[in-house]
Amino acid sequence: MKVNKIILTFSSLPENVTIARMLTSALGAQLNLPLNELEELKVSVSEAVSNAIIHGYNNNPDKFVTLKIDATTDKITIQVIDKGRGIPNIKQAMQASFSTDPERMGLGFIFMQSFMDKLNVESEIDHGTKVIMVKHINTQPPSSH
Amino acid sequence: MRKRIERQTLHLYIEGELDMKNANDLKSLIDMEIDKKGIRIIVLHMEDLQFIDSSGLGVILGRYKKLLPLGGKLKISNVPPHLYKIMELSGLPKIIEFLPKKEVL
Repeated sequence: MKVNKIILTFSSLPENVTIARMLTSALGAQLNLPLNELEELKVSVSEAVSNAIIHGYNNNPDKFVTLKIDATTDKITIQVIDKGRGIPNIKQAMQASFSTDPERMGLGFIFMQSFMDKLNVESEIDHGTKVIMVKHINTQPPSSH
Repeated sequence: MRKRIERQTLHLYIEGELDMKNANDLKSLIDMEIDKKGIRIIVLHMEDLQFIDSSGLGVILGRYKKLLPLGGKLKISNVPPHLYKIMELSGLPKIIEFLPKKEVL
């Protein structure tokens, strides 16, 4: 089985949300993911990296976020890792419309859950958070109609 | 971003990608129009929007909530089909008016 791995560590800057998203999208395109699934992948990565920067690091630009992508022929696994302050209550954080910031909708995890086939969050206070997301790749050729 | 004011309605044409990198710029721009220029009706045109995530959606909802007690309105027009699903999931269409193209001239 053909495997491709990408590991990228970048400054916790808003500009890098775009870069993380583009990189994931480029890899997904190489795997022939349909456009709607590429879109879903982009949103999920965007949410996870934004969370790391905003919540993990409190928008401190001197920290680092790591994006790991692991692609095989049948699934793509994405990990977004920060070494920030961690999530005190993961279950609560993953609920709809829970946000510590009134300007945000608390939809990040909802989008990740809806758009990916599997979502797992590991977090430890003051040690950081790891978001692991899996999307299965449909190896069936697209139907003709 | 292109903008035009017509009959006290601010039309904003959002282009490209709306995420945490530029969501705050949109927020400041709209807030200035509301606070300094007294704009109360805003139409966000989205035909050239390529990407949006919860940072962008949060700013839109925030402006809607800001306008509400001022007697204002925020409307969204021309959402591209590839963004329907995220719009739907966000719940925005339940509270904000989405306009088809012909109604916004």
